[in-house]
Amino acid sequence: MLAKRIIPCLDVAGGRVVKGIHFVDLKDAGDPVELGYRYYREGADELVFLDITATVEERKTVVNWVRRVADSIFIPFTVGGGISTIEQVQELLRAGADKVSINSAAVRHPDLLRESALAFGSQCIVLAVDAKRTNNSWRVFINGGRVETDRDALEWIRLGEELGAGEILLTSMDRDGTQNGYDLELLQTVSGSTRIPLIASGGAGCPQHLLEGLEAGGADAVLAASIFHYDRYSIAHVKEYLERNGVVVRS
Amino acid sequence: MIVVIDYKAGNLYNVGNALKYLQADFIFSGDPAVVSQADKVILPGVGSAGAAMESLAEQGLVEVLQRLQVPFLGICLGLQLLFEVSEEDNTPCLGLLPGTVHKFDTSQVKVPHIGWNQVRQLGESCQSASILFKDIPGQSFFYFIHSYFAPAANEVTAAVTQYGDCFASVVTKENFWGVQFHPERSGEIGLRVLNNFLEVR
Repeated sequence: MLAKRIIPCLDVAGGRVVKGIHFVDLKDAGDPVELGYRYYREGADELVFLDITATVEERKTVVNWVRRVADSIFIPFTVGGGISTIEQVQELLRAGADKVSINSAAVRHPDLLRESALAFGSQCIVLAVDAKRTNNSWRVFINGGRVETDRDALEWIRLGEELGAGEILLTSMDRDGTQNGYDLELLQTVSGSTRIPLIASGGAGCPQHLLEGLEAGGADAVLAASIFHYDRYSIAHVKEYLERNGVVVRS
Repeated sequence: MIVVIDYKAGNLYNVGNALKYLQADFIFSGDPAVVSQADKVILPGVGSAGAAMESLAEQGLVEVLQRLQVPFLGICLGLQLLFEVSEEDNTPCLGLLPGTVHKFDTSQVKVPHIGWNQVRQLGESCQSASILFKDIPGQSFFYFIHSYFAPAANEVTAAVTQYGDCFASVVTKENFWGVQFHPERSGEIGLRVLNNFLEVR
């Protein structure tokens, strides 16, 4: 049986992990390599690194730490954030990233998805979508959620699938940071109408939320940040909980 | 010396990394003269069957691979290329194993097949596969990421994995092995499979 995946997410800026990471026993709690390795050892199924670096200058360091992450872990990892050209995609894959996630640039230039998928295969192209509820549907936001677009999330995801995305990383902006659980309705709507794997993101605050995302939401994988970062729950604990509730996980 | 075939298509970096971690003596090469002198050959695979076969042909590697007598391990696409034909771009492949590689049926399952899935080893008929799976518990999880598969019903199938129907996740014939999963991305257990291959005599 295919296991549901548990994916810790790390935000990186200027080569440092940011956003409230708090591990007491790490020598360098800001090092993406050390944190990545810790999650790898703890049994994470995959990792996602989102580069939220603002400046072009700092962005040049990305390849450097991506390579060091690739050198130290033996599970797949995705790198996203600010990827806007096919050259950047190639550079990250060459540095050892298994997949790249594309968000804003895909909305601006949907051909980037098609071209990347053609050049490197759909399996390494993740379409990241930030969605916010408006009345009875969800709108796509870009630039880290700061800019509203006129795209409907469901329609955009369907188009992205057609263009060659191999996976969807779907973040509910309404739930992100709330720790009140995923937007299950959003997940159900998307998982019911796409044929590529769906990663749920935004809102996980406890293991029960992960269970809901996978079962009720129909997601194939769950992404979470804060519930792991603060040592509130270990990955092993979460997997045990999911397994007890009938979810197939890799033990 | 182990040669990891560089055919310009795939992401070789992580296979190299795993071999480095296992302290294997290896080089990347796409030179037929080097490949034909190798003690062992690994054919990693990312990318499409059509582009990969084209690239192997351009580099003059097709016949070299077909004539190899040394232990060979194909990973992911590298497994698929061992068969006669792939439905992907309708590509004639190396033809070392009988059969055709198919695409998963999107009306049945999500495609690509991404994630950790279990590998069930078949019976004793596959002596040589058991070398690769030495000290690996049955039904262990490995990391898969692919849209095409070799059907399970084939005399070369040594282990199967269920995704919709079962497909061949490990194949073997004489000195040729193929694994559909990525041992270099399957954590400790994947490294063990690679290490077992390194120890094949």
